[in-house]
Amino acid sequence: MIRSWIRQHRRAFAHSLAKLVAHKSTMLLNALVIGVALALPAGGYALLASLESLTVRLAPEPQLSLYLKGDAARAQIDAISVKLRSDARIAGWRFVSRGEALAALRATEGLAEVVAALGENPLPDAFVVRAKATAPEALEVLARDLQQLPAVDQVQRDSAWVRRLAAITATGRIATGVIALLLSVGLVAVTFNSIRLQILTHAEEIEVSRLIGATDGYIARPFYYLGLVQGALGGLVALGILAGALAALNVGVRNLAAAYGSAFELGFPGFGDAAGLLGFAALLGWLGAYLSVSVHLRRTP
Amino acid sequence: MISFSAVSKRYPGGQQGLQEISFTLEPGEFVFVAGRSGAGKSTLLKLIPAIERPSAGTVLVNGQNVGALRRAAVPYLRRNLGLVFQNQRLLYDRSVYDNVALPLAFSDHSPREAERRARAALDKVGLLGRERARPVQLSGGEQQRLAIARAVVNRPSILVADEPTANLDIESARSILEIFVAFNQVGVTVLIATHDEALIEGCGRRVLRLSAGRLQP
Repeated sequence: MIRSWIRQHRRAFAHSLAKLVAHKSTMLLNALVIGVALALPAGGYALLASLESLTVRLAPEPQLSLYLKGDAARAQIDAISVKLRSDARIAGWRFVSRGEALAALRATEGLAEVVAALGENPLPDAFVVRAKATAPEALEVLARDLQQLPAVDQVQRDSAWVRRLAAITATGRIATGVIALLLSVGLVAVTFNSIRLQILTHAEEIEVSRLIGATDGYIARPFYYLGLVQGALGGLVALGILAGALAALNVGVRNLAAAYGSAFELGFPGFGDAAGLLGFAALLGWLGAYLSVSVHLRRTP
Repeated sequence: MISFSAVSKRYPGGQQGLQEISFTLEPGEFVFVAGRSGAGKSTLLKLIPAIERPSAGTVLVNGQNVGALRRAAVPYLRRNLGLVFQNQRLLYDRSVYDNVALPLAFSDHSPREAERRARAALDKVGLLGRERARPVQLSGGEQQRLAIARAVVNRPSILVADEPTANLDIESARSILEIFVAFNQVGVTVLIATHDEALIEGCGRRVLRLSAGRLQP
């Protein structure tokens, strides 16, 4: 029984490969279409994965900056120090005087002349506070409480840009998902059509086979394999395009990252992701073939 | 055994194909279905492998009610029938061998057994040695023999042929008929539709005569 099942599938697979070879130029063009269409969301996914790894790497300790009012008195600063010391939600803090802040700004490359042109120090005194909690809600509450302290002008959450980047990548992930979904529908349609043409090419053979005892499964199986193989070939093309595009992009990305003292580069999807892409492409190919064959068999008595 | 009981066939357009047809074919019988073009011969034959379904009445083939068969069961019915179609329905882009071996592919024989059966079928119709030829390289009579070889390769108990001698010269027609007689002599039930009265007369077999979809007494 199992041997028979294997024999049937082996025969169907061989038939599908024969069809593939017989129409290789059409099949390769279809694989190219599938590959190009899949490379777009796959590239987006690879880009987002690289950005996400960057945000994880750069995510600092939860930190808040308390900027004091320009007229804050020494006594008020001391009172804030006491308050911070006694707050159980705070892991540590340091005071940065307006003089220290100006010196740090002056030491920043390219800003010395700007600072010199200012005439007087516009920077406020500040406390840099490290919170124990990392949850955005807890940080929000702490920031609100610290904002109530006398002489505090503004509280700024220093990890905000990382959160913004994370939000951007999350949005990008949704956008990539939507694009992938739309393109997947398109790819199923492409496979549906190419398999439909194959069915029409073999219409006589199919009809004769059915008349003399072929089951729907026997008729359909080679087309399922054809869709599967075509989809997988499209997946391979997509991976090739992705590798080439990332290699080209990384030349520029490495230079840009080096300017910021970083060794960041866009990473090629790992083995699991690459295998997933191939599997997904093959699945789309099979689905297109399944729909195409089902429609044909349903329409013919 | 084939049994028709009050079988009628009306096509979707309203055209009446058959009306109240009843007859029985015993195992091992050789029967002609005769009649002019449009008499309903092909319709009658198509009801046996469920290519068409009866509008009324019952068609029994080896005890199976063909009209009530589920779609998925139809291929298994057809595998037990040898069908020779009016226009042969050969695959002209395949070799003679591939045409004969086609039904064996879905019956799931081992490659060795399939080859043995295909060669045996070609031998019975006198086409052994022409395996690699394409159907277009065969004469009309040889193409008909090839269609018969494909029909018998699964060793069916019933052979149904629709105008198997049409467009053939008298000699070729006779030799085709001899092949059917030979199969009948080893116990195969044979049902042949033909409008060739000369062929029927020389054979001395039972004849079902159709006219305008009705069986003549």
